[in-house]
This record gives sequence, structure tokens and C-alpha cells, in this order.
Amino acid sequence: MERDKILNELLSSIGLHKMGSDIAHIEIHGNQVLGTHLVDGLLVESQSFDDGVNIQIRVKKDTKIKNPVRFCFGLIPENGVQKLNINTIIEENASASFIASCTFPNAKNIQHIMNATVTIEKGATLYYFERHIHGPEGGVTIVPVTKVIVKEDARYSTEFELIKGAAGVIELDYKSEVYKNAVVDMKARIFGRLKDKIHIKEAAHLKGENSVGVLTSHIALKDEANAIVENEIIADAAFARGHVDCKEIVQGKAIARAIPIVQVNDSRAHVTHEAAIGSVDSKQLETLLTRGLTEDQATDLIISGLLK
Amino acid sequence: MNILEIKNLTLKKEDKILLNNINMEIWDGYVHAIVGPNGAGKSTLANTIIGLSGYKDISGDILFKSQSIKNLSIDERARLGITLAFQEPARFEGVTVDDFILAGSKEKKSEIIDEALLKVGLDPLKYRSRAVDKTLSGGERKRIELASIYAMKPQLVFLDEPDSGVDIDSVKYIFDLISEFKKLGITVILVTHSPGVLKHSDHAFLLCAGKLICKGEVKKMFEYFTGKCAPCTHIGNPDKENGV
Repeated sequence: MERDKILNELLSSIGLHKMGSDIAHIEIHGNQVLGTHLVDGLLVESQSFDDGVNIQIRVKKDTKIKNPVRFCFGLIPENGVQKLNINTIIEENASASFIASCTFPNAKNIQHIMNATVTIEKGATLYYFERHIHGPEGGVTIVPVTKVIVKEDARYSTEFELIKGAAGVIELDYKSEVYKNAVVDMKARIFGRLKDKIHIKEAAHLKGENSVGVLTSHIALKDEANAIVENEIIADAAFARGHVDCKEIVQGKAIARAIPIVQVNDSRAHVTHEAAIGSVDSKQLETLLTRGLTEDQATDLIISGLLK
Repeated sequence: MNILEIKNLTLKKEDKILLNNINMEIWDGYVHAIVGPNGAGKSTLANTIIGLSGYKDISGDILFKSQSIKNLSIDERARLGITLAFQEPARFEGVTVDDFILAGSKEKKSEIIDEALLKVGLDPLKYRSRAVDKTLSGGERKRIELASIYAMKPQLVFLDEPDSGVDIDSVKYIFDLISEFKKLGITVILVTHSPGVLKHSDHAFLLCAGKLICKGEVKKMFEYFTGKCAPCTHIGNPDKENGV
């Protein structure tokens, strides 16, 4: 009964109540797996321990999972630790989308730690979207560390979104190795408030010919929030292409720092970067002011666009 | 009746006089043009009346419906009904055409977006969910900016070089929109150095080197502009010309 109550609360906090039988879903509260519903071609195994939960996810060869697989990770109490060790393998020519909602609606002192390895086998595709929903006061420390291997002709796209609620502390560290003709596309969109501390490290090592890496970080900060974005692309192979894009809008006493690192070890590769940090663009702002929006309304619209 | 009066307006920037004692009267409901060569001060005058940052060190006065607006902010002026379409519209990453058009519209209805886009010759089905960003051409952004002004229904609009960056087939939508504004009773001020755009006005002002050189009916101003300004050999020094 208690289990059902927590499960309902968890799903309610992300606005999810009922899912069809053709939608796979996994719910984890703290270090306990509360619910699992799978579809053909998707294998999930889990082992819970006092200090964490191990999860193995596998999408079988040639399987195309039609509907996004829904993950819900979270903690309802104010305090606690959630430690997830996740090993994901998308087998050859399989494809899937995962949508993960991480919810800590009452957080005061919560740690959400994730150590993940993701292997996208030859010709496979994975789209992974992770949305965090926090309470208004922060109180969450998020430490997602992920290593991704994207094999020949494979594709991996990921988006990390934290827009609602205060971020708390984020230590995001994603590393990827990208092989021949493979693509990695990583995005982070975060709104930092209060005294949030955000540290993003994304790296793509383009090891194979024609491999592609795109790292995008769009951050808006206000109050006394602080963000450091370190995005790195290293291109080792011929015709590898990469782009690093970091945009940060800073308001109030917030502080932003961007460190794009690009390195090319083959003269036939090409990597670019762009970084823009500062207040809201004056031309955008003045355009909206000439439509009659107040400065706050105009700024909100510009930031919502950046984080969309 | 005048919707706008400019009285002895002078603008300085770093000790340089950009607008020099300008006096103008803008009749309500007409299409006016401010013409002149590059660097004459046309956009500077529009930006000053709108109140953009960097155009505030002024003397003289700007009256909108007989009330001084020179101490009002840009958005306060806009809420009175004064707006501007920029020569080079801004790009808004992630802001959809829908959100952009509705931002300034009093009517927050879907129909107004479709209507506004059709007025500038853009298919709502193709454009409404797109972002107003670098994936649109300059001409498309220009038309979307004009659509947002149509949805805003201002009382007075400056259109800064409305034909620049717009392909030749699309220019007719811009000219049709100018006529539509007039039908709706919206006063239009075209800021242009194009004789083709000048023809779409009822009345014109000629600026050179930040000074108002002359004003009058379009035919007369067209002849002056094409006959004297185009071949001018002393750009930025209008006092030498026939004692003007």
C-alpha cells in the first residue's frame, strides 16, 4: 500500500498518471525499483542495495521500440540519497527513445548520483531525454557521470533539462567516444536560480572517420547562481566534424564561465566553437520593448526561447 | 491633426551632433517617408523617437498626441502605440513565430497569427512553429517582424528600410501591408533611401547630415531626391547646395 502511495506521488509530481500497455516504463524511488513494465525487445534487470541500485538495460538487436520508454527517478522525502548505476546497451541496428523524469519535489538535502555507461552498437540509435523537476528551494545535489560509446554508424542524442525549480548543485560529466560515421549530439538546458552551482563537463572524442559531435549548453542564470561550462571536442580522424555551442544569459549577481576546448589531430577534420555570455541581447530586448512588453516580460520570453 | 510633433530636436553622441534642430509634424493616418542618402540620420531620427538606448542625449521635444514622450521608456512609448520595424530584425533562438507575433498583440488568439502571416505572404502552416532564428532568411525575418507589427495594431509605426533584404517577389506584400496600415488608420513613417519605397508615401521629409533639408508632396520630393541627392558630390554637406 505504502509502495503504491509513493509510486502515485512520484508519478503525480511529473504529471504522469496512466500509461498504455504499449509504453514501457520503470519507476525508481530512492534505491528501490517500484515498478517495471516492459515491451518486446527491451530487457531490464535491477538489483537494489542499501546504498544504490544497479540497472542493466538492453534493447535487442534490430528492435525498433515504437514509443519512448519512460523512466521516473526520484525521492519524495525531503532528505535522502539516490544512487543509480546504469548500464545501457543498444544492440546492432536497434533504436529507442528514453525519457527520464527526475523528480525531487520536496527536496531539502537530497543527493542524486548516477554512474552510467551507454553503448550504442553498430547502426543503432538512442535518444535520451532527462528532465529534472525540483522544488523552489533547491536542496538537491545532482551528480550524473556518463560514459558513452557510439560505435560505427550509430547515433546518440541526449538532452538534459532543468528549468523548473532551483537546480541546487549540478555536477554533470558526460564523456563520449564516437566511431566511424557515428553521431553524438549532447544538449544541456538549465535555468539556475538562488545560489545554484552548476558545473557541466561534456566531451566528445571523435575517433572515427566522418564522425560528428555537437555539444550544446544553454544556461540562464539569475540571483546568485554560478555556472561553469567546460565542453571539449577532440577530433582524431579524417573528416570528423564537431561544434561546441555555449550560450549563457546572466542576470542579477549570477556568474557564468565557459571554457570551450577544441582540438584537431587530423588536418582533414574540422571543429568549431561559439560561446556567448552576458546579459540579454540588447537588440532582442529592444525589439520586444517596441512591441510593448516590459523589460521583465521581454527577458522571460528571450530566456524561455533559449531554454526551449 | 498631428499625431507626432518633433520640436527643435537635437541629438548628440560623444560631442558629435547627429540630429540638428529638427522640426517635423506628422499628420495622423498618412504614410510619410523620411528619405535621404546613407548616413543622413534617417534611422537615427526613428531610433530617437522610439527611445532606443544610445539615442537619449537629446534637447528639444517629441510630442505624441500633444504629450511629451521624451522621458518615457521604449515600452511605455510602445504601449501608447508607437513602434518600429528594424532594418535588420533580431534573431530569437527558440522563440517561435507564434510566440513572437503574439508577444505584442493585444488579442492573444491563434487567428491573429494566421491573419498576420498571410498579410506578409507567409504560409502559417509552414511558419508558425518555426523559431525566429538563423534558420530563417533575413527576408523571412523581416516579413515576420512586419507580421508582428500588424498583430500589434499600433497607432504609429516606423518601417526602417522595409524593402531591404526582401526578395523581389515578396516586396509587393510589404507595399500591400503599408496600404493596409493606412486603411486601418495607422500612421506609417517609412525610413528609406529607395525611390521605389518613397512612391508609396503621401508626404516626405528629406534629411541630410542630420538636418531636415526640405519636406513636401512625394512627387516634388522624389524629383529632388533623385535629381539632386543621387548625383550629389558633397555628401554630408548640404548647406552648399543652392543655399539650402
